[in-house]
Amino acid sequence: MLDVGRHPNIELLAYSEVEKVEGEAGNFSVTVRRKARYVREDRCTGCGACAEKCPTLVPDAFNEGLRNRKAIYSLFAQGIPSTHTIDADHCRQMNGKKCGICAKTCQAEAIDFDQKDRILELNVAAIIIAAGYDVFDPSQIPEYRYQEIPNVVTAIEFERLLSASGPTGGHLDRPSDRAIEADIEEMEKSAGKSQKALVKFEEKYGESSAAFYEKYQSGAYPDDEDRKKWADKYADHLTVVEPLEALRKKAEGFDVARRLAFIQCVGSRDFRFYPFCSGYCCMHSIKEAIIAHEHGPDTTSTIFGMDIRAVGKGFEEYKIRGGNHSNITYVRGRVAEIVEGPDNNPVVIYEDTRERKVKRQEFDMVILATACAPSKGIAALVKTVGVELDPYNFLKTSPLSPVDTTTPGIFVCGCAESPMDVPESVAQASSAAERAAEIVFQTDLIKEKAVA
Amino acid sequence: MPEKNEDIRIGVFLCHCGSNIAGYLNMEELAEFAEKLPHVAFVQRNLYTCSEGGINEIKKGIKEQNLNRVVVASCTPRTHEPLFRSSCGEAGLNPYLFEMVNIRDQCSWVHMKEQENGTNKAKDLIRMGVAKAALLEPQEAIMSEVEVRALVIGGGIAGMTAALALANRGFEVVLVEKEEALGGMLNRLNRLGPTMMPASDLTAEKVRAVTGHPKITVFTHARVSEAQGFIGKYKVDIETESGVKKVDIGVIIVATGARAFVPKGLYNYDGKRVVTQLEMETLLKDGLAPGINNVVMIQCVGSRNNERPYCSRICCQTAVKNAMLIREQNPAARVSILYRDMQMYGVENEEMFRDSKARGIRYMNYSPDRPPEVEPDKVRVYHALLGREMELPADLVVLSTPVVSQEDAEVISRLLRVPIDENGFFLEGHVKLKPLDFATDGVYLCGSARFPSNIREAVAQGLGAASRASIPLSKGSVVVEPIISVLANEDACRGCGLCVALCPYGALEIQRTEKGRKVHVIDVACKGCGVCAATCYQHALSINSFTDQQIRSQLEAYLG
Repeated sequence: MLDVGRHPNIELLAYSEVEKVEGEAGNFSVTVRRKARYVREDRCTGCGACAEKCPTLVPDAFNEGLRNRKAIYSLFAQGIPSTHTIDADHCRQMNGKKCGICAKTCQAEAIDFDQKDRILELNVAAIIIAAGYDVFDPSQIPEYRYQEIPNVVTAIEFERLLSASGPTGGHLDRPSDRAIEADIEEMEKSAGKSQKALVKFEEKYGESSAAFYEKYQSGAYPDDEDRKKWADKYADHLTVVEPLEALRKKAEGFDVARRLAFIQCVGSRDFRFYPFCSGYCCMHSIKEAIIAHEHGPDTTSTIFGMDIRAVGKGFEEYKIRGGNHSNITYVRGRVAEIVEGPDNNPVVIYEDTRERKVKRQEFDMVILATACAPSKGIAALVKTVGVELDPYNFLKTSPLSPVDTTTPGIFVCGCAESPMDVPESVAQASSAAERAAEIVFQTDLIKEKAVA
Repeated sequence: MPEKNEDIRIGVFLCHCGSNIAGYLNMEELAEFAEKLPHVAFVQRNLYTCSEGGINEIKKGIKEQNLNRVVVASCTPRTHEPLFRSSCGEAGLNPYLFEMVNIRDQCSWVHMKEQENGTNKAKDLIRMGVAKAALLEPQEAIMSEVEVRALVIGGGIAGMTAALALANRGFEVVLVEKEEALGGMLNRLNRLGPTMMPASDLTAEKVRAVTGHPKITVFTHARVSEAQGFIGKYKVDIETESGVKKVDIGVIIVATGARAFVPKGLYNYDGKRVVTQLEMETLLKDGLAPGINNVVMIQCVGSRNNERPYCSRICCQTAVKNAMLIREQNPAARVSILYRDMQMYGVENEEMFRDSKARGIRYMNYSPDRPPEVEPDKVRVYHALLGREMELPADLVVLSTPVVSQEDAEVISRLLRVPIDENGFFLEGHVKLKPLDFATDGVYLCGSARFPSNIREAVAQGLGAASRASIPLSKGSVVVEPIISVLANEDACRGCGLCVALCPYGALEIQRTEKGRKVHVIDVACKGCGVCAATCYQHALSINSFTDQQIRSQLEAYLG
């Protein structure tokens, strides 16, 4: 990213969309909409002071909604460019409320609430589409109860939980426990408020609320309006404090997740959704299990899959190492169902096909290795650009021209072409660059000839 | 070289980074501290030293205060050192008389809650930076011409694709193939999955394009016997039937492919009734003999075991393809594939796998601790999912053996000074980020020389390696940061060669000189990693801008 941002031959148009493509190989006109950030790129230094002061919290999509970001933000800490963006849907100022704190905070005077989208016209010889993919939404699989059972998460959510810069600082706190901890925090706030009000009464009448309440309930203060308010306040307070105590007690027993299940082919190799194999998920699960084990040496992982496809360089060796040194057990079988057991523990029901037995096993957390779904916006994009898709909505190529789309001069690489892992994407990016460079070279040659 | 008695005037610029630094450290105290350090002639605080205003202040300082060394205490050199260096250059100061001190990432950011300790740490860091800056010497960027000609070793599908791609961009290419004809493994294949096009069609098309291309010189029945030099300037000897040809080469692509493992002594392999998948290709090409009605294929023969732990990636797809072709030639044939995991990754492979099941290919799972047994006319297998022993009649048994590295991989590895991995495949610069580059600049790899690849993958990698190789070719020169190893004390060097053996970039060589064997640094190949200087027990080698003296001065400054 850094290299791209710094390269003298690369003009980076982030937060922009292609609106129109005309022309042909060697001579395309491309219309690009540069969406308004409401922050001036030429001034913003990416220092983040604005985001620190911004009062508006918005669920952070980069962290899979597992924590909040501000209404002025950069997508993630190391993002390139580091220019911040105002989320116009949530910004108070942009929604007619009084705010503008970011503008006051910004010492570089980069905030510009009046910024408008800009339209750019580019002339290019070749186009490369590297639009990536989307994570399959597993809530479409009713038997896995994603979203119903809080401790069933996707591989990407788990990735954020494992990350030292993620919402849990890399601790495998279970989502159900995090929800209760958030509740406790809320209740503590409200208990603190009512406590303050009670203290005033206690000082006024010189006795504790508990002692007073006992007398009040036995009818000691009929027709005393002020004391009735006190009694009501105290009763309210009890409705918060008692469950709060119970939750606190429960939270004392919270522990990080130690028994993990990884479920392969969630949405992939599934006729209901995507019949293809997503290629990278087996290795992704193994990697996550190995890292989880690095975080906690007593962590055990069970990976449920039909075939474990460790087909890249060093992959099979990595898989075996995971089994020998990182407490990973590989079970051949497709998980039939996930139900919720005691203590929010997901229970996995599956057939171990090698033992020919249906089994139930309880885990602290279940991770769904979700399919590589074609990007949602791809249909609109290919219509704009003028290339064809395959039946699954990946860009159509042929085995002998693996990065050529159906339109000359337009190339594709990475998961927009088909599911692939990082090394393959990097290699394919070079392939697409090569094909594009050939077009540029031929175009220059034609121009030179025309001049001569 | 600077005058020894030159008056050293250091300017220190302290960046607030908005509140990223100034919010947690006492900047005023840092400024006062810096002013008192030896040779410091000027100290300034900036809200953002990297902003246009901040950069202008550096330039102004150099001109008006006659600064001849600049220290910026701010963020990370990873993002900002190039900017500050070039700003010094624009103001007429040698860019390498600049030193950067990171008082943000590992200082203000991690000591947000302890201003005093954080400020003291920043003082230490600045003091060390200033001490080193006083000893900095000017350096000049190193430039070297590139011979605009590529050598591609290996004329299989990956090598031919790479050669054509470079030639189509106007670069001269020399293609060396050890066999009599171009085509590599393609020549031995029947049809190609998943389209089932005849391999010979692809070979013919590519060979025609390669041999007809005015920019490509092809040497068949030839081998590279010598390759001396470095990126941009290789002297290569090619041994051909008509003698040794000497060519000047700028970049090299290794596309030497791989072989199929021959399973001698496994599963009663005899090359007749028990054959490999590669031999199956020939049988299918010639037309299946009549009477072959029961075929059993066994996967992972000689792979995913202790001897060869890797999965060879393409054998499952080959088996599925050949199974379907058997059924095409003899619709009555029963084909069973005995497998451990069916490695039909991706879209096309899984599609072919599904298709094959619809066409009646049978799949049976076996476990490596109870492998199948091949007997005359039948194969006995313990079906791991049914949990019982099965007997499959077999007129033909096909063993899916792994792709293994070429016999001469080691020779080429030594010749080009590039590494091979524990399985004998060539080892790329970085498994994720540089899959088609070697660590050594100017040498690239693609296809099954790197790891087993199918046609689609070999073509993609051939294009990709060409793309990587075209960068120095199109620039015509390489420019390298001068922060590299130098033989600072030639007399001390004993020519022992320890550094040469350890250099990961092939940037060192031993030369015979009048004073005996001495190490020579190939400056354009050196990346300044410092392994050689750290290893040299004679302290003969040194790294520019990280000399022993400079590092010692930093340590002394720190220790007080």
